[in-house]
Amino acid sequence: MRMHAFRGGIHPSREKAPPSGMDSAREAASPALAAVFLAQGAGAPCKPLVKAGQRVLMGEKIGEPAGFVGAPIHSPVSGRVRGIETRPNAAGRSSEAIVVENDGLDERCEPLAPMENPLEAPVEALLARVREAGIVGMGGAGFPAHVKLAAPREKKVDTLLLNGAECEPYLSGDHCLMLAAAGDICLGARIAAYMTGAQAIRIGVEDNKPGAIAALRAAAQGTGVEVCPLRTRYPQGGEKQLIYALTGRRVPSGGLPMDVGCVVLNVATAHAICAAVKRGEVVLRRIVTVAGAVAVPANWYARIGTPIGDLIEACGGALPAAQRLILGGPMMGMAAFDLRTPIGKTTGGVLLLPAARRAETGGCIRCGRCVEACPMGLMPTRIAHYADKGMVEEAKAARAMDCVECGCCAYVCPAGLPLTQSIRAAKREIARRKR
Amino acid sequence: MQTAKVWRVASSPHIHAGRTVRGIMLDVIVALLPAGAFGVAWFGVRALWVIAVSVASAVAWEALWCWLVKKPCTVGDLSAVVTGLLLAYNLPATVPLWLPVVGTGLAIVLVKQCFGGLGQNFMNPALAARAILMSSWVGLMSGNAYTLVDAATSATPLAQGADYALEALFWGTIPGCIGEVCKPALLAGGLYLLARGVISWRIPVTMLAVSFGLFWISLGSAEGALRQVLSGGLLLGAFFMATDYASSPTTPVGRLIMGAGCALVLFVIRTFSALPEGCSYAILFMNLAAPLIERFTQPRVFGEVKRRA
Repeated sequence: MRMHAFRGGIHPSREKAPPSGMDSAREAASPALAAVFLAQGAGAPCKPLVKAGQRVLMGEKIGEPAGFVGAPIHSPVSGRVRGIETRPNAAGRSSEAIVVENDGLDERCEPLAPMENPLEAPVEALLARVREAGIVGMGGAGFPAHVKLAAPREKKVDTLLLNGAECEPYLSGDHCLMLAAAGDICLGARIAAYMTGAQAIRIGVEDNKPGAIAALRAAAQGTGVEVCPLRTRYPQGGEKQLIYALTGRRVPSGGLPMDVGCVVLNVATAHAICAAVKRGEVVLRRIVTVAGAVAVPANWYARIGTPIGDLIEACGGALPAAQRLILGGPMMGMAAFDLRTPIGKTTGGVLLLPAARRAETGGCIRCGRCVEACPMGLMPTRIAHYADKGMVEEAKAARAMDCVECGCCAYVCPAGLPLTQSIRAAKREIARRKR
Repeated sequence: MQTAKVWRVASSPHIHAGRTVRGIMLDVIVALLPAGAFGVAWFGVRALWVIAVSVASAVAWEALWCWLVKKPCTVGDLSAVVTGLLLAYNLPATVPLWLPVVGTGLAIVLVKQCFGGLGQNFMNPALAARAILMSSWVGLMSGNAYTLVDAATSATPLAQGADYALEALFWGTIPGCIGEVCKPALLAGGLYLLARGVISWRIPVTMLAVSFGLFWISLGSAEGALRQVLSGGLLLGAFFMATDYASSPTTPVGRLIMGAGCALVLFVIRTFSALPEGCSYAILFMNLAAPLIERFTQPRVFGEVKRRA
């Protein structure tokens, strides 16, 4: 298959060096207090189903979403509900979480029944199962999987793509999962393809992970699933870049993957779908990469609701150089400000980074590096200039809304300008005026 | 205790490539050194004085301006050093030492700072200053770099390109401006800038290739075309001046047009006009066209066309 190379992008080689000793994940200790946010990723927050003082079992549903676009939450431990408390989140604010005091027994509730022959089961039953298991996009966006898989039928989906690019520097959780559970990922992909009516199934993996490619290829033998090595270049795992790389189709400006007949899932989401259908498992844990300025970087299977401080301690603690706390990858992740922030379903990484470089005194020198780096073909310096001057209409005309906020422009800017931040501000203002 | 720690927050991305404006300017200075060293060796210690006065006065003008308008001193970004070097490289070694002082004043204050400082200058400061000096003190500017001919009647070493052996043109054992004669040094500097990612290949490669092509067609000989490429300030201009960030387009296609346009104007000047040496005017001309070029060469936004039915 011919691989399509997107234009622009960056190669942060320093941080992207293949991690050594990071190719498997260990089980993290379950937290004494698990704090499960009522809102996990996109969609409506959950309404709590439990009261303070009530005993819950591991895997028991404790929250039900208020609308269709949303997924239920489950208790990751067994114990007593302490109540609904606020916890600092990664968006710089606080939000409500159900806090469960762990009794350490891991007493499981009655699991959902495993589904025999999932590839012949009614699609409705599968969708209900995916929803019931609380599966959201685990790559970071957190869009409920059952909503994505129930794509309106007038949009004909012919291709299901799995995103195993893991293009963000530092992160290696998906890599671990692909090595450890290639079979489940392939089956999850086939189930998802069956649900959407897609004929073709492709898994894209950056070619700096030959082990994962080999494992997936072995698992995909005879299933019709294609495993495609991708050029190692950030943002190869950006949805639009991935679709282009694997199919040559360009998602139209302002459009969705289904406009070009594609549904894209992260490999971890496919794995969760397989676990829910085959074994009746709900989402209670995920792989989290803890890296950067910690004593021993590692990948952990962490329960949802584990405070990030616990995981950092499990890695031997933060090094003195650590000044910043990033949830997710270093290019698109969010800065946290408190070690009590709990892991959510979309938290793929906890990074400790040294202090950021200071911005320089001068402005843009028009070197054009951001224009070369932008994978969307925008002129970041121009949009950021409009944004900084409050020229919202001009920013819109310069196609600010096409920005995917990948961060390449600010990464390369020698003047140290926060280009991505400026463009993000313009996008927010454009969206606000539309309403 | 870790929880007492204050964590710094900022908007993504949280890592940076590490490039700085100062680092880029430092690379340019390094890349310019070999050509200057040759200039000093060939034209004598007088050339060193011109370079030193030019750099020192450029830095002084920059500092003076920042002090006058009460803005943070921008000397540290080293861009004034680059401007000083480039102006000196475009002067013959025989100029009186007050000339580079006037020149850098024009470059730094008039062309750069009056329009908003680094990144806002609409023309290459060193070249614009050179053009002003050229039209004001044509005798001094020609000096004995052009001893063989009468500068006022526009005959230049360029016009006599044929008088020099190809080897002399290449190695730089010819009259000319301090920094433009030694082609191996300029090539080495240019390749260094390309290797360090300071400049893109688009402007220098198109400028040199199109120049060569046009002269080949018009002169009917590859050797004649090569002489033209090795004459005057073409190599210095292609690698170090047409590539000036602020006064060239930022778009990839725009840079191809910039390079080709410089070559075309250069060809026209050298072939049809009475001007001595066309390279600096060609670049200045295209500097003025850069905003227009950029406007019409914006990259195609991903997913803009080719909607799937």
